[in-house]
Amino acid sequence: MTARPTGGAGRPEFELAAAAATPLAPPRSLSAILWHRFLEHRLALLSLFVLVALAMLALAAPLFESALGLDAEAVDLFALKQPPSAAHPLGTDELGRDLLLRLLYGGRVSLLVGITAALCAAVIGTAVGLTAGYLGGTADALLMRVADGVIALPLLPLLIVLAAVDLTKLGLPESLATSSEVSFYRIVVLIALVGWTTVARLVRGATLSMKTREFVRAAEALGAGHARIVLVHILPNVVSPIIVATTLSVGNVILLESVLSFLGLGIQPPLPSWGNMLTNAQELIWDAPALAVYPGMLIFITVIAFNFLGDGLQDTLDPRA
Amino acid sequence: MTRYIVQRLVESLVVLLIMSFVIYALIGLMPGDPIDLMISGNPKLTPEDAARLRELYGLDRPIGERYLEWLSAALTGDFGYSRLHARPVLEVLLPRLGNTVLLMGASFLLALALALPAGLIAAVRPRGAVDSAINLFAFAGISVPPFWLAILLIILFAVTLGWLPAGGMPPAGATPAEQAAYLVLPLATLTLATAGGIIRFVRAATIEALRQDYVRTAWAKGLSERQVVLRHVVRNAMIPVATILALNFGTLFSGALITETMFGYLGMGKMIYDAILGNDFNLALVGLLLATLTTLLANLAADLCYLWLDPRITYR
Repeated sequence: MTARPTGGAGRPEFELAAAAATPLAPPRSLSAILWHRFLEHRLALLSLFVLVALAMLALAAPLFESALGLDAEAVDLFALKQPPSAAHPLGTDELGRDLLLRLLYGGRVSLLVGITAALCAAVIGTAVGLTAGYLGGTADALLMRVADGVIALPLLPLLIVLAAVDLTKLGLPESLATSSEVSFYRIVVLIALVGWTTVARLVRGATLSMKTREFVRAAEALGAGHARIVLVHILPNVVSPIIVATTLSVGNVILLESVLSFLGLGIQPPLPSWGNMLTNAQELIWDAPALAVYPGMLIFITVIAFNFLGDGLQDTLDPRA
Repeated sequence: MTRYIVQRLVESLVVLLIMSFVIYALIGLMPGDPIDLMISGNPKLTPEDAARLRELYGLDRPIGERYLEWLSAALTGDFGYSRLHARPVLEVLLPRLGNTVLLMGASFLLALALALPAGLIAAVRPRGAVDSAINLFAFAGISVPPFWLAILLIILFAVTLGWLPAGGMPPAGATPAEQAAYLVLPLATLTLATAGGIIRFVRAATIEALRQDYVRTAWAKGLSERQVVLRHVVRNAMIPVATILALNFGTLFSGALITETMFGYLGMGKMIYDAILGNDFNLALVGLLLATLTTLLANLAADLCYLWLDPRITYR
């Protein structure tokens, strides 16, 4: 095999160049070009399909519930750890609840936590990155020092401490502090608080290079204010790294949520999440291994799909990387 | 250079000091306090007794005051007693630290031995069949929940095949082979969970290095692929890789915490987790601070690594 210094042929950008050179090629919009490029990433495309399918299944959980004539939260102590049957397509869990319905409802929670927390982190990260990159100087140094500090901490043990904090000691009423709903918001907030650093660094870097460009100079000359320059002229140009980093971080967030919920510190039962469905799995390995396999399998599929999707988007939006 | 290191060490100490206060305050916000625990162990105590005990132990004083007291004791090497183990904190901590260093060190070396060649091979022929296979493995590694991987390995090797113990520590007087058997599954879990990320770093850094002008020159000189890759590409690709690896120390520690908890392996990670859940405040505090300190030092090491590997860079 002859070795080449660069693996050029077959790369999207080369094909684009070739397409542009053909005189008969119809002009294409940027979005059409990007979409065409994305279609070449079969794994990313497949991942997108899988994720949409999973999300629709999770959203349709109540439909399955009525179709099966079951209640997702109904405990049936006479039907513990049943094998799959007509009444329970995937069998029942250690409390006799229908496993399929629990997985679907758990998927709602896990996907919602993943997407919400990743979006919150992206908003914080974008704000910090734009501020640091645009203002520069002391503000930049300070914000990036904070980002470095957050990155440098041992995340999981600290998250465990934060998740174990007793909210009643912060003045929340007892009933609220221990509810499932608060456990949802708490985990979203915690993950957003530690997850914004990646987006912040990327946006800062992109902003630094954008603010010296001619169109920003032109906007300044035309008398645009700082807010207008940042929001109208810089932000749209730094969107690609935000999209890529956010997609990749959804996967990470779902992993982190599953770990915390598994350890009993994330989403609190009876609200199911794929992570907390595995909390008892270790004791069940011996007599009902299926209960330990399915939720983890779904976490794995979802996270890997988000990672493939993010990777494909990265190649699409920034072919040099 | 020396000035730079000293400056960074001082910065790390400041961060550590701030973190010690933050963690101290957070631990004060966890459910229950030492007096609650005494009460639950002795129902005869009246609320008045509890108030007196709080006063005796100084728990009614402001948090800043209590923190300074803890700090001054800690600076003399007195970290207090562990509630769960009823022994001085350091006596509990040190053997656990040894176990964790063994687990993390061994799995880090294994992951490197797996990931360096894999990432390099993948990068040299991008988008080929081998690259696709390695890439798939790497993505699986970064996407698998480590605790679930542990469960799968236990189901396969301990429950179904019965080859290896499902967890715990070897009994006293075990032969070295028996001791090693207890280490296999935790080691495999942590290694598989770590290797994926390293493969991706190595692959990306190598592809980047392959694009440099000096590589083109090396090809133009007529060097063989082997010479180009091993002599010109690898050394330069390792600069960012070494840095990222040191920066990822915190991730490795998080993985170790999960692995130790899953397998009942008596290391630092499980100790911290048990201490937090078991209201063992002194032990949790010192464990968390040690984890923070180590991560900060690893970050410093990352920067020094960079300096050492890349003579083009100088710090003031």
